[in-house]
Amino acid sequence: MIGSVMLEVNNLKKYYRVTSGLISRSSGEIRAVDGVSLTVNRGEVLGLVGESGCGKSTLGKTILRLEEPTAGEIRFNGIDVVRLNRRDLRELRGKMQIVFQDPDSSLDPRMTVGGSIGEALAVHGISDPAEQEDRVARLMEKVGLEAGFGERYPHEFSGGQKQRIGIARALAMDPQLIIADEPVSALDVSVQAQILNLMMDIRDRDGLAYIFVSHDLSVVRYLSDRVAVMYLGRIVELADKQEFFRNPLHPYTEALLSAIASLRPDGKKRILLTGDVPSPLNPPPGCRFHTRCHRVMPVCSQIEPELDQISPGHFVSCHLYA
Amino acid sequence: MKAETVLQVTGLQTWFFTRRGTVKAVNGVDFVLKRGECLCLVGESGCGKSVTALSILRLFDSPPGRIVGGEVIYRGANLATCPMPYLRKIRGGDIAMVFQNAQSSLNPVFTIGDQITEQVRVHERVSRPEALTRARKLMEEMNIPQPDRALKMYPHQMSGGMKQRAMIAMSLSCSPEILIADEPTTAVDVTIRAQIIHILQELKTGRDMSIIFITHDLSLVREIGDRAAVVYGGRVVEVAPVEDILKSPAHPYTVGLIDCLPDVSAQNKRLSSIPGNTPNPMEMPPGCPFHPRCSKVMDICRSMMPVAVNITDVHSVSCHLFVDMAEGRPR
Repeated sequence: MIGSVMLEVNNLKKYYRVTSGLISRSSGEIRAVDGVSLTVNRGEVLGLVGESGCGKSTLGKTILRLEEPTAGEIRFNGIDVVRLNRRDLRELRGKMQIVFQDPDSSLDPRMTVGGSIGEALAVHGISDPAEQEDRVARLMEKVGLEAGFGERYPHEFSGGQKQRIGIARALAMDPQLIIADEPVSALDVSVQAQILNLMMDIRDRDGLAYIFVSHDLSVVRYLSDRVAVMYLGRIVELADKQEFFRNPLHPYTEALLSAIASLRPDGKKRILLTGDVPSPLNPPPGCRFHTRCHRVMPVCSQIEPELDQISPGHFVSCHLYA
Repeated sequence: MKAETVLQVTGLQTWFFTRRGTVKAVNGVDFVLKRGECLCLVGESGCGKSVTALSILRLFDSPPGRIVGGEVIYRGANLATCPMPYLRKIRGGDIAMVFQNAQSSLNPVFTIGDQITEQVRVHERVSRPEALTRARKLMEEMNIPQPDRALKMYPHQMSGGMKQRAMIAMSLSCSPEILIADEPTTAVDVTIRAQIIHILQELKTGRDMSIIFITHDLSLVREIGDRAAVVYGGRVVEVAPVEDILKSPAHPYTVGLIDCLPDVSAQNKRLSSIPGNTPNPMEMPPGCPFHPRCSKVMDICRSMMPVAVNITDVHSVSCHLFVDMAEGRPR
């Protein structure tokens, strides 16, 4: 059940410096995340959608401080995550976990999967072998794997099973928040459903929250409570799921939804965007979407719109609604 | 009106003979392609849909791969056995192919313009400037901005969506009768995907071209397909017009595949899923390849491969559940 605010992100920025030449002369910066603010409540699933390069994965990693933020504030249960020293951060990470897209590259091929899950426990101070073994077995059961599989190596598992192992490892320290970065994109449709069901079961049982990063809107619609859309490092729209899919406001959201037949709002035509996403190295002035927008106005290339609340819980960053 | 058949595939078997065993990637695929239609081959990874497409033009590596049985009939000739020089004329000329990964199918050391003109001049006796004019026109048709500039670009200078469109332009340069598109939108973003689907739809109606569209994504099938063939374990298990497949799927695998789509299931309800995993083509189960995962499995399924039966005149399915129905006996 959805409770009070657990995670609060304020004006978070992550820039990457781009260097060129032998003496590493700085030639600009990529603004992967450029001023993002959002909240996640206890037990809530926040869907984070966007196209490749929009910064959604970087945002997820920066919240966990797997990438050091350039600026901004992250508060988890009131704790200022940005200022934590290494030891406190490690302790906190037990409560905030991540599941990656590609289970192949996130599991050590030379370690048994039981070892991989047990390592997470050891890092957090559970080093007694008997207790470790017991907890690994329970975690594996929790994600629908036989406890005896712990002796096996990652290559002996299918993609769906490997993703279950990744989830078991994330659950090791009973986290309150899991950032799931495209956890089902690499899986076949029939297996994808198994993993989505598992994730929802875990949420219902343990009451944890997810930030579910995905490019697949039908998956996001299925499991999110709220949805945020990112474009070139910024959130352009954020709303409750029902509102989001019934009444999309930002022209970019409209285009995204209209691209998929089953999600297209009734009576709407497909909106074809021209061109590609501009480079985050050199984003367009004004509204970043104005170069591809089908409802562009003169003001859009001048002034960058703010993310404003235009009805309760529905935030849009677009001059059309100013 | 019944459209004429342009390509007929019967009993196609493509096996790969590796040191670790024989991989029966395609094991008895049948389908026909009509003029001006888009036929979707739908299936999960490893089901044999891509190898089927490659087999039509014999584009797989041989060895280890070999077509061990079946026919691919195009213009009265069997492409599975015809001499190489004949097949080479067909490839890229009459039947063209677009691959999933444009990056690896384009040559990085030649400009896009060079690559398109080369393709044209291999198949037709035209001058270089003439071929270049044609290339430019195609780039325009693909909505590529500044086509003259784009022709002078190397693949790495283009974005993913542009490369995919340049690939399609190249495949169209000899006005093929059939276009085989193997997951052309899997590696691109949603908005770019919409652009490419739009282009393919225009081609189908504008040029009366036949398209074989290979995908794992049922929502794309709804967008672009006229008919769909569901592939599982190296065989086509169900063929029907797209609306029929989506509204009244017959094969238990198709039913499962549609049910586990989040956009079809009711909101916040458990998704139904198919237990288990797709079979390893090296150790295909005996009988119906789907029987270990099937919720309606019967004894006969474990030992006998079902044959395709027509449940309506446009809808056929390979499943023992429907055998009696085809013979007119109620179950």
